[in-house]
Amino acid sequence: MSYIEFLTTYGPRLMTGTLITIALTVLAGLLAVAIAFAAALMKLSPSMVVRGIATTYIEIFRGTSLLVQLYWIFFVLPLFGITLEKFTAGYITVGMNLGAYGAELVRGAIKSVPRGQWEAALALNMSPAKRMIRIILPQAIVVMLPPWGNLFIELLKGTALVSLIAVADLMFQAKQINGSTFLSAQSFGTALIIYYIVARFGITPSMRWLERRSLRMLGRG
Amino acid sequence: MFDWRWDFVWEILPRLIWATGNTLIAALLGYGIAMVLGLVFALAQRTPSRILTMVVRELVEFIRSTPLVLQIFFIFYVGPQFGIRLSPWVSGMAAIGLHYAAYLSEVYRGGIEAVPRGQWEAATALNLSTARTYFRVIIPQALPTALAGMGNYLVGIFKDTPMLSVIGVAELMHTANAIGSESYRFLEPFTLVGVIFLAISLPTAWLIRVFERRVRRSLGMN
Repeated sequence: MSYIEFLTTYGPRLMTGTLITIALTVLAGLLAVAIAFAAALMKLSPSMVVRGIATTYIEIFRGTSLLVQLYWIFFVLPLFGITLEKFTAGYITVGMNLGAYGAELVRGAIKSVPRGQWEAALALNMSPAKRMIRIILPQAIVVMLPPWGNLFIELLKGTALVSLIAVADLMFQAKQINGSTFLSAQSFGTALIIYYIVARFGITPSMRWLERRSLRMLGRG
Repeated sequence: MFDWRWDFVWEILPRLIWATGNTLIAALLGYGIAMVLGLVFALAQRTPSRILTMVVRELVEFIRSTPLVLQIFFIFYVGPQFGIRLSPWVSGMAAIGLHYAAYLSEVYRGGIEAVPRGQWEAATALNLSTARTYFRVIIPQALPTALAGMGNYLVGIFKDTPMLSVIGVAELMHTANAIGSESYRFLEPFTLVGVIFLAISLPTAWLIRVFERRVRRSLGMN
């Protein structure tokens, strides 16, 4: 079977898988951003209990493997009465894992905003919430965007593990095609190339665009 | 906790600890390969050949932006298609070593680029050979900058070893899975795997930070 034949026969299945992978990446990405901001703000809280909760969350998710977390959430959580559908379990686990890594990025970026900015906001009698939203976060976001680009690529790669709980993503389709045709180089090789294209021509340019846009919004572009 | 059976924990713990040994061996072997291969990748990008630089650069990008688990499958299954049979351990170590070599090459590159230009010029002025310049002048100064990243990836490689279970390397996750399907009990094995990972990665991360500080101090940097 020539490679062209392989593509015409199995291309549609790989495309379906790619769409699932992109859906997983977008959902997990949104969740990761939400968790990262929540955990980072909690870590900056004056209350020790709130800080402790955030630290525990971050250390647990950064200290163990994504695969271990995925199996735990998919196979063990139902024993506690929480049963998640495999697609949901998949993007929630990936989002929670990368969110823990993102929290440190967000915290570092917030801390990198010069002290004078905090003091000026205080002098202008802004409420803490307003100071954070209007003054600190816009400047922090510019700092944290480039590392978020790397994190989103890690997240895309992380979604491949979801195939191990039988979510029909790109990785899963490649495995299935390999299982029925034994054309390993073609099936796994094509999947590798698709992942690369999504990362290099999807995620990286979108992040560059966001970086330029956020700089312009701050009037630094 | 409900349904948590301690007697079952004691029964499976020896097997899990034995598997932890395999996990550690896999992580260290993979890291060893990655350290050497990463240096090759980093130095290949500093040769005068523009084509070599570009090819290696693109290869590193490719490896870094595709999933490790897919690379493991690729290396394991593609060999037999062309008549080369690799054992799970060999293909697993090759995949994980290659993957982290790409990451470490970026760490090395960052470290080498942080060495001031004057050091290169001084080495040239002293008529040192290229090898001597690298090994006696540049790398010792690049190392402290690179150490933080290197430490992070050591912990990273350790946390990625469970992926080797997909091709049947008998590491921790594989063993927990086997216990689960033999006994139909997943709560204890999977929870213990998580605890074992935390028990190793948290102290390691802490030790690496201490080590990094000591190296920086002993080299007279801050």
